[in-house]
Amino acid sequence: MTDLPMLTLMTLTPLIGVVVLMVLPASLARASRPITLGISLLTLLEGVFLAHQFRTEGGQLQFIERAPWIPSVGAEYFVGVDGLNLLLILLTTLLIPFAIATSPFPSERPRLYFALILALETGLLGNFTALNFVHWFLYWELGLIPAYFLIKFWGGPGRRTAALQFFLFTFAGSVALLLAFQALFLATGTMDFPNLAALARDGSLSSGLSRAFAWTGLNPTRLASILFLGTFAGLAVKIPLVPFHTWLPDTYAEAPTSVTLLLTGALSKMGVYGILRILIPIFPAETRTMLSPILVGVVVSIVFPTLVALAQTDLKRILAYSSINHLGYCLLGIFVALDPVPQGPQWANERAAALNGAVLQMFNHGINAALLFALVGILEQRTGGRRQLEDFGGLRARAPILAGMLGTAVFASLGLPGLSGFIGEFLIFKGAFPLAPGAAALALPGLMMTAVFLLTLLHRVLNGPVNPARQEFQDLSRRECLVLAPMLALLVLPGILPQLLLRWTNPSVVAFVAGLAP
Amino acid sequence: MENLAKNLWVIPLLPLLAATVGTFLPRRLHRVTAGLSVAALATAAILAAAAFLSVVRGGALYSNVPWFETGTLSVRVGWILDPLSAAMLLMITVVGTLIFIFSTGYMAEDPDSGRFFCFLSLFAAAMLGLILSNSLLLLFICWELVGLASYLLIGFWYSRPPAADAARKAFLTTRIGDLGFLVGLIWLYSESGTVLFYDQGAGCLEPAALSGIAGRATAGGLALGTAISLLLFCGAVGKSGQLPLHVWLPDAMEGPTPVSALIHAATMVAAGVFLMARMFPLVALGGSAELPAPALVVMAWTGALTALFGALTAVAQTDIKRILAYSTISQLGFMMMGLATGGPAVGMVHLLTHAFFKALLFLGAGSVIHGCHGEQDIRHLGGLRRRMPLTFATYAVGMMALSGVPVFFSGFWSKDAILHSLSHWAPSRVPFLLGVLTAAVTAFYMTRQMIYVFAGTSRGPDSAHAHEGSPVLTVPLGILAGASIALSAVTTPFRPWLEHFLSPASTPSESGSVWGILILSALACGAGLAAGGILYRNLGVALKTGRDPLERWVPRMYTLMRDRFRFDEFYRATLVKWVGAAAWISAALDQSLGSVFRDLASFAASAGSWLSRTVDQGVLNASFDDGCQAARDAGGLLSRTHDGQPQRSLRILIAGVIALAAGLLFLATS
Repeated sequence: MTDLPMLTLMTLTPLIGVVVLMVLPASLARASRPITLGISLLTLLEGVFLAHQFRTEGGQLQFIERAPWIPSVGAEYFVGVDGLNLLLILLTTLLIPFAIATSPFPSERPRLYFALILALETGLLGNFTALNFVHWFLYWELGLIPAYFLIKFWGGPGRRTAALQFFLFTFAGSVALLLAFQALFLATGTMDFPNLAALARDGSLSSGLSRAFAWTGLNPTRLASILFLGTFAGLAVKIPLVPFHTWLPDTYAEAPTSVTLLLTGALSKMGVYGILRILIPIFPAETRTMLSPILVGVVVSIVFPTLVALAQTDLKRILAYSSINHLGYCLLGIFVALDPVPQGPQWANERAAALNGAVLQMFNHGINAALLFALVGILEQRTGGRRQLEDFGGLRARAPILAGMLGTAVFASLGLPGLSGFIGEFLIFKGAFPLAPGAAALALPGLMMTAVFLLTLLHRVLNGPVNPARQEFQDLSRRECLVLAPMLALLVLPGILPQLLLRWTNPSVVAFVAGLAP
Repeated sequence: MENLAKNLWVIPLLPLLAATVGTFLPRRLHRVTAGLSVAALATAAILAAAAFLSVVRGGALYSNVPWFETGTLSVRVGWILDPLSAAMLLMITVVGTLIFIFSTGYMAEDPDSGRFFCFLSLFAAAMLGLILSNSLLLLFICWELVGLASYLLIGFWYSRPPAADAARKAFLTTRIGDLGFLVGLIWLYSESGTVLFYDQGAGCLEPAALSGIAGRATAGGLALGTAISLLLFCGAVGKSGQLPLHVWLPDAMEGPTPVSALIHAATMVAAGVFLMARMFPLVALGGSAELPAPALVVMAWTGALTALFGALTAVAQTDIKRILAYSTISQLGFMMMGLATGGPAVGMVHLLTHAFFKALLFLGAGSVIHGCHGEQDIRHLGGLRRRMPLTFATYAVGMMALSGVPVFFSGFWSKDAILHSLSHWAPSRVPFLLGVLTAAVTAFYMTRQMIYVFAGTSRGPDSAHAHEGSPVLTVPLGILAGASIALSAVTTPFRPWLEHFLSPASTPSESGSVWGILILSALACGAGLAAGGILYRNLGVALKTGRDPLERWVPRMYTLMRDRFRFDEFYRATLVKWVGAAAWISAALDQSLGSVFRDLASFAASAGSWLSRTVDQGVLNASFDDGCQAARDAGGLLSRTHDGQPQRSLRILIAGVIALAAGLLFLATS
């Protein structure tokens, strides 16, 4: 254990790159990619060092840094890591260099492009480590702004509409979150997540609400429900949960593919993580009250996008809907853990299975979706931006290595055992079936339909006679193989040795489940 | 002995290594990949023989290792070597090695044969893992991996659309059943706390866990054991081509013929039968001889209907491999019936004998196709007994074993055992009658096929110039033919060594009742052979009219059988159509939902732009910039108000930051 402020250092490292890129003369613009890559690899190294130093026993918060900031508004700098966010930190530090390496070099404003990606990384890392609402929210917004400009300046033909839609949706969500937490601060005088959770457990949150908001004439249960809904909506937009998802397909399709890769791989996890770290610990009783409608929403988010995906012909749109479906499984795993079935050691294990599955699924989906979008990006680069199903066909004959990678990523995505996707989904369903059999059973068609549209995608792109327009299609270069291979390894390894990840997550999940007991 | 159980994983690892190495070898070294694959599986076969002998000498072994931890639960997996897995192990490695050797000849001219052997080795590894697994979870994982290998091999000639379609169909159809399997697995896990089969008294197939499940009912009044068993049976229905999920298996014949022999006849498709045999203590829970467990009754009826359906369909097919595919469906139904009515040993013995003679028949068909330059339509073959005598002789052995020709052929004895247990089945006599009828139909369609392919004179240019293949092709045929006969020695009811080996507890049947069924079974076979012989004796003359002799005799029935009872058409008109409609409706719904939200967003944007304009005008008293002009004209449509207006979005951003600051300020002062 070191005394270094590891988390702050790691979070701010990408900003060094931003500063360097700002002062970089235009004549050296070509150097912006190596610089960015170097900085992001340094951040990755810090992430790996963090994981190496991480103590697996106990499951408590580690690497804690706290410093008073603006006490009068409850702002305290408070960061820490446990099994719930360690994987997300690793995921972020892995995906940023991957996105940089797979991105085509932008013809316009390359320095700004790479600087924004690095700023995005700081936003993500800050958000995943923050334990106080004020800077959690600042980083939440800081993640949003670079993403907005990346879409707006470097996106496809419909980029302006898409960027604005993305911005307005997530901004509306942010406002809801902000208002909810201002109310919480008025009631409790703190913005610190563990503190708020403790106050929620001993009932002083509720009494604080009724004191601070006596003038509304509402009872504390009603007040808490309103705040719960505000927080929930703010987070649900980001994930997104159907029906708050309408911004996503346009955004994912119009964003430059390396940014889409980050949007689905990392940014979507901010919402899921928020539910795990904020919503459930602070509003456990309200979540339980609202569980049935929430589970309905989750099941719809699992099944509905798979059906829509079947009717799509744009590769990025298909994968966008597939992402909604996969994050739906994460939410299923998280929310079934709140199901008030009888307590007891066996049920605690089912809850832990579902939650472990959800945390693993966040990481595995991040890697898997990133690889899929990177491969789509390669298809786009090879064909001058084409990504309709009918633009391809028979590519297996021309590009066997690319076909092998795409095939592996698709099978991981549809949950083939032996690859990483299975283990998360198995654990989620292992917990969900005993805890909420109805919701789990209704989610099953999602597993079937995912296979249908993903195999159709594979079929249309790779099989059949070679599309006449693709006779000259080149297989992956050695450089591309080198960039993609680590992600491929990360699809296989956790599938065979899930303990590699579970040893980090399980102790914290066990502690989390213990904290859920009413 | 202990070490043996601990190191069982070496057997599946050998082909897995061959597959891994082969993946990274350059394409031109495909012969090396082929050699490695054969060597790995042959070595596995030697190890398997040693393992088998050690089980014969006595005792089942297993060993479990922790895999991962969740909550306080340690999820473990393990390997088991008991009579059931040992017999399967030996069969798969021996049949597999022979088919691998055959493939080196059959695929010699394919430039992609390296990839072919990688996939075959991957399949062998997964299949061996499946049968050696001591955990239902590990079994399920291997089960899915054999499904993947099957998908890859059916679609091996991926540039041909029928092959690619068949591969996808196979994966998706079996996945329907596999979801049932997955739910059953999870349910069993949560009820018994473990999915290890055997674990020093704590396994899910051991008395403690079974008695915990017995006598409990689910919400619908169904016994818990029955509900779980039926879910697991869904997986078996998909994998083993039982009604109504059989539709993928005939299409799977689009793969290279050695694949059909190994995967879609001898081994993988039998995995469903194996699964039910493995889970038999759970499946049979709460039943007795008079009143079998409900799951067994469902299995028996499914098997009976599948057996008859497969046999009837096989009668009217004209593709040499599809006849065998429907015959496989039919025989899998027989195995399921045997398992359900006579216990795991009865079903498993037929599985083992069938593996040898069906692999023989498929490789024989492969030899015919190879010799006739790819011709698969039996109407264009004929007269091959003189041109391909070795293939003819061995094919005849396989045909007689499948038809159940008495005394010398193992298929006769194993089928007889199934009929015997069917005749004693308490709930109903109908499956027994269906079984006898199927046996007769089986003899009939095999006679028809033999006459079409080997008798008479050649009816096509390809068969006229047919030639016998190299020894790489014919020697495996000879060995398999020998095994199909030799297995009789251990499967007769007078010396049922194999049945006793598989199930030491099974009681030998009384000799008097044995004879009755033996004679009936022989009569059924004779009737089928005679009917086929008479109907098709003047085939050459009959075909001049362009119609099959049976078609002239019962045209309607023949059409129905030729059209496979129209299952595919039925699914296309219902399930496939419904899914398509659901997708269309969902996409439309999604579209309109999107436009509602877009309108809301554009309303918000217009409101924002109005606000900013007012602020610009009134507060700052600044002149209009072009952007505001555009905004005023735009009338609220988002796409129009915001094209080319980065400033406005920035303004919203700034407004957000101001809101944040104002909020904080408000908090600080209150």
